Amino acid sequence: MIIATDLSCGYNGKAIIEKLNFEVKSGEIFFIIGGSGCGKSTLLRHLIGLHSPITGDIKICGESFATADANRRRDLLKNFGVLYQGSALWSSLTLKENITLPLEEYTDLSRRDRDQLARLKLAQVGLTGYHDYYPSEISGGMKKRAGLARALALDPGIVFFDEPSAGLDPITSRELDELILQIRDTLGTTCVIVSHELASIFDIGDRLILLDKEARTIIAEGPPQELIASNPDRRVQAFLKRRDRPA
Amino acid sequence: MSRSLDASPPTADLRVEAGDIHVDLTGRWRITAPTPKWHKAIKGQPAGRVIIHAENLAAWDSSLVLFVSEAANWCRVEGVYCDQKTLPSAVRDLVTQLEDKTQHPVPAGRTPDFLTLVGIATSDCWDKAKQYSNFVGECVLSSIYLTRHPLKFRWRDSLAEMQRCGAMALPITGLIALLVGVILAYSGAIILRPFGGDIWVADLVGVTMTREMGAMMTAIVVAGRTGASFAAEIGNMRANEEIDALETLGIRPVNFLVIPRIVALGVMMPLLTLYANALGIFGGMTIAWGLLDIPPSAYWVEMLTIVDTSDLMTGIIKGTIFGAIIGLSGCLRGLQAERSASGVGQATTSAVVTAILLIIVFDALFAVIFNILGW
Repeated sequence: MIIATDLSCGYNGKAIIEKLNFEVKSGEIFFIIGGSGCGKSTLLRHLIGLHSPITGDIKICGESFATADANRRRDLLKNFGVLYQGSALWSSLTLKENITLPLEEYTDLSRRDRDQLARLKLAQVGLTGYHDYYPSEISGGMKKRAGLARALALDPGIVFFDEPSAGLDPITSRELDELILQIRDTLGTTCVIVSHELASIFDIGDRLILLDKEARTIIAEGPPQELIASNPDRRVQAFLKRRDRPA
Repeated sequence: MSRSLDASPPTADLRVEAGDIHVDLTGRWRITAPTPKWHKAIKGQPAGRVIIHAENLAAWDSSLVLFVSEAANWCRVEGVYCDQKTLPSAVRDLVTQLEDKTQHPVPAGRTPDFLTLVGIATSDCWDKAKQYSNFVGECVLSSIYLTRHPLKFRWRDSLAEMQRCGAMALPITGLIALLVGVILAYSGAIILRPFGGDIWVADLVGVTMTREMGAMMTAIVVAGRTGASFAAEIGNMRANEEIDALETLGIRPVNFLVIPRIVALGVMMPLLTLYANALGIFGGMTIAWGLLDIPPSAYWVEMLTIVDTSDLMTGIIKGTIFGAIIGLSGCLRGLQAERSASGVGQATTSAVVTAILLIIVFDALFAVIFNILGW
């Protein structure tokens, strides 16, 4: 679904992470993890096309995102949705309008159909009946759900999550994890999650890559349970077992 | 959604067999591509049991859910059965979710009728007036406290604000004042010239600038520039919970944020007013010299026959009061801002409008008071 080849990401020509090679398979829940400042969010921003890689390539559904022209990039954007850390709901629009906006942009559905779909998306994330609410009128956990509903508006094959559990209590975080599982199981959506929530990683993650700030690249890749059981790298063990880094 | 490499377009073919309507769904259903619509497919068909066949479906997404939901609704209206057994269970679940008509009532206070809006607005005005006077009281108490504890006053912040609202406002204030002087002289010349009273342009500009326009135009410029800035800055601090952090440390936001700003404006506004007066008079002098052939010396002497200390003092007093009004309005609106982007924007607008409104009201009051005092 996503293939990164010799990828270097950074800003203003300066690479923060380099020589990344990984693949995200269709239908899996894939975690990108690492300590603060290791480049997780930078990698995510490159995967979703907000920045171009310094070197290397990103292929989404077999097509290179970086080398695509503007029209083709616009078409490729339909293939994925993004749930931002702060949900990034447009505050002047209701939840329904937040979801119908991408539908207006990319489909020729009638207004009635768009509204129906918006209600469906809200129902899928457990927000039935809240379509006329503004983002300021709902809680933080509900905003995350609404942001996810918007990310699912075009039924994308891939949804990217940027720290979905940030700011949520453990119960709400668990509910969000279950929602992610449900989306993957029901809709077959591939989920790429940037996070350092170990509980979520072990509960729902199929595979992960671990970025290291000092190495500036991937230092581990695979299923979380296998890595914690058998990866010999002390940095990996320290991160996954939540211990102080060995000297 | 089901994912498939089959790129065949979505179809929904209807056939009638023994009174039943069989719907054969095939192809790849994608929301971003044209898909069949139930109301078009069923047009002209007599009502009958609907049996959906989805065995040959390649891939589906929400577009299929919409189609099936429409079909199910049609069946309900026609009073016939809709057989969805061959559909993937996920599709059937999503159709059920779509049919859930639960609605949570919107928060109270939204979209009331016109009369209610008038009532709410009136009540809001009264509340705002009360809040303003409470805030003024709080600032007075803080001022008394800081007078007794001068080391707790944030001198550095106040001096920085003086530079921002005073020194950095000189170019725009000067330009506006100069142009106001020009406009006054020009308009005055048009009226006075037919009566041979060209020289009285000096009196007109001098008195108007020192008593009224110097203070008022400066205040309006500063309200838009500095008042808005105060509201935006403090509003953002509120949105970022910085005000909450001050309060949980036992630091009163009025002491920390408001008084230094009001002091800065209270010091700078009279100076800006004098500066505006000077430039306004200079602007009038330029027009008088250029248009009316009145030399600057004659203009100056004539102006001094009518403009005296009381005129200057009224302007300075107004400037000081206007400065306090601008500071109070900007800071109060910032502290009242809602914790959102639109809330900060509204606070900024409200700060400017409140300040300008109060400036005009107080200017009218001053006109009456100074008249009674004979100034």
